[in-house]
Amino acid sequence: MKGTVLGIEGTAWNLSAAIVNENDVVAEVTDTYSPATGGIHPREAAQHHAKYASTVIRKVLEEAKEKGVTSSDIDAIAFSQGPGLGACLRTVATAARMLAIKFNVPLVGVNHCLAHIEVGRWKTPARDPVTLYVSGANSQVLAYRMGRYRVFGETLDIGLGNAFDKFARNAGLSHPGGPKIEQLAKMSTNYIPLPYVVKGMDLSFSGLSTAATEALKCNSLEDVCYSLQETAFAMIVEVTERAIAHTGKREVLLAGGVGANMRLREMLDIMCTDRGVSFHVPEKRFMGDNGAMIAYLGLLMYNAGDILTIENSHVNPNFRPDDVDVTWLE
Amino acid sequence: MIVSEENVDGDIMELTNGAEATVRIEDGCVVKERIQKRYRLRELDERIRKERTKAESRLISEARRLGIPTPIIYDLENSVIRMQYIPGTPLKHVINEELSERLGRLVGLLHTGGIIHGDLTTSNLILYKDRLYMIDFGLSFMNSGVEARGVDVHVLFQTFESSHRDHESLIQAFCHGYRQAFTGADEVLVRVTEIEKRGRYA
Repeated sequence: MKGTVLGIEGTAWNLSAAIVNENDVVAEVTDTYSPATGGIHPREAAQHHAKYASTVIRKVLEEAKEKGVTSSDIDAIAFSQGPGLGACLRTVATAARMLAIKFNVPLVGVNHCLAHIEVGRWKTPARDPVTLYVSGANSQVLAYRMGRYRVFGETLDIGLGNAFDKFARNAGLSHPGGPKIEQLAKMSTNYIPLPYVVKGMDLSFSGLSTAATEALKCNSLEDVCYSLQETAFAMIVEVTERAIAHTGKREVLLAGGVGANMRLREMLDIMCTDRGVSFHVPEKRFMGDNGAMIAYLGLLMYNAGDILTIENSHVNPNFRPDDVDVTWLE
Repeated sequence: MIVSEENVDGDIMELTNGAEATVRIEDGCVVKERIQKRYRLRELDERIRKERTKAESRLISEARRLGIPTPIIYDLENSVIRMQYIPGTPLKHVINEELSERLGRLVGLLHTGGIIHGDLTTSNLILYKDRLYMIDFGLSFMNSGVEARGVDVHVLFQTFESSHRDHESLIQAFCHGYRQAFTGADEVLVRVTEIEKRGRYA
C-alpha cells in the first residue's frame, strides 16, 4: 500500500481534516461546533463547517508542509459520505469535490462507521475483531464476513450517546452529556431498576432515556446517572458477547466517542476476560470522530481502486456499513 | 442448543456453553441454567436471568398448547429450568421434503399463536418417535409483526442453505406447510425475500 490521502470528516459536530500515509497520520486539524445551549442543531453545525472548512484545510496543508508533505504529494481526497446529518455531509462533500478538482486527484467516498473500524485495526493489534461502535448517533456491533462488514446487532431507535445526551438535557446538564453522567455516576452505588431492552441481537435506548428522566422525580441525579450507565452498558456488552459466540472471533475492538467511558471499558474488559478473547481500545484521538480515520480508509480504498467520479459523489445520510462491498481486504 | 442422542446414561453431561446459558443432562432431564455475567451489576443480572428464564418456560408451554411438540417443563427455579429430555435425532441429520413440510406447519402454528422462536435452525428440531419437537426457546418472544416472522423464517432458510444440498426443494416444501397452517404466510414469505436482499441478518 502506498500514497498520501487528505480526508475530511464532518458527519455531525466535529469538523476534522487529516493527511495520512501508510506509515502514520502526517497532520490533523479539528474544529468542533459546540452549541451555546441544548444539543447539536443540524443547520448550525453545517454553517459551522461551511465557515471553518477552508481554515481547517489550509491549516492541515500547512502542518503537513512543515513535515515535508506538500499538496502535490496528495494522491486522493477522501470524505465522509455518510451516515450523518445531511446538511453537514453536503458541506463537507462540497469542500472535498473542490479539492479533488483543484489538485486534479480522485475522490473517495468513505463510510463513516467503517472508518472507525479500520482506524482501530490500524492503531491497535486487532486484526479480525468484533467491533462495538458506540457514538452519539450510532450503536452497532459489526464483524467482517465474506466481503462485507455485517451488522450483528444495532439500535432500533436512537444511538446510546444520543440517549445519554437527551437525558442530560432533561437533567439540566450541558452537551455533551456522557462525560458529566460518568462523573456523577461515580458518586453512587444505588441501583434504580430501569428498562433493559435487548431484542434478540438488537437494542433500544429511547425508552431507557425516558425512564431515566422520569426516575429523576423521586431519585437523586447521581443514582439515576449510575443506573442509566449500568443498564445501557450491560445491554451493549451482552450483544457484543453474543456476536463473539456467534462468529467465533477472538478479538473485540471498541470504537466511537462513547468508548471514552471508563465504566464501559471495564465491563467489556471483564466480559472479554471471562470469554478468553482479547480487548482493544485505540488511543482517544482515534475513538471519537476524526479526520485521520476518513483519510486512512480513503487510503485503503484508493489503493483498491475504489474511487468516485464527481457526478457519483452524492452524500447518503443513511449510508449503512453493510451496504459497502469491502474492496480493501483480501 | 444441540441435544444429541448419545450418552444419556451419564449422570451429568455438558451439552453447550453458549453466550447465555449452559445446558446439561442430569438424571435424564435437561437442565438449562442462565449463567451469571460478572460485567453486569449483580442486582440487574439476577433480574434479567430470572425474567428470561420465566419467559422462556412460559413460551415453551404456550407453544405446546398451540399443538407444537415441545419439552415438558418439570421445574423452574430462579435462573434454572428443568425439562424433558428429547432423545431423538436432530432434524439436520434427517431432513427431507416431507419433514420440511411438517416443519412449515409447526412454524405456521407457532406464528399463528403470536410466538417468534428466534433461533429456528435444523439443530433446534428433534425427530423423536415420528414427532418433530421444537426446542430451545431461549431467544423467543411474543410478536405478531411481519418483520419478526420474516426474520424467523429467514434464519431457518439460511441454515437450509448453509447445510443442506437440496435447499431449494426444502424451502418449497416448508412454504407449502407454512401456508397450510398460517393464513398470513404469503405476506411473511414476501418479506423473507426482502430481508435476504438487505443482508442484515447474515
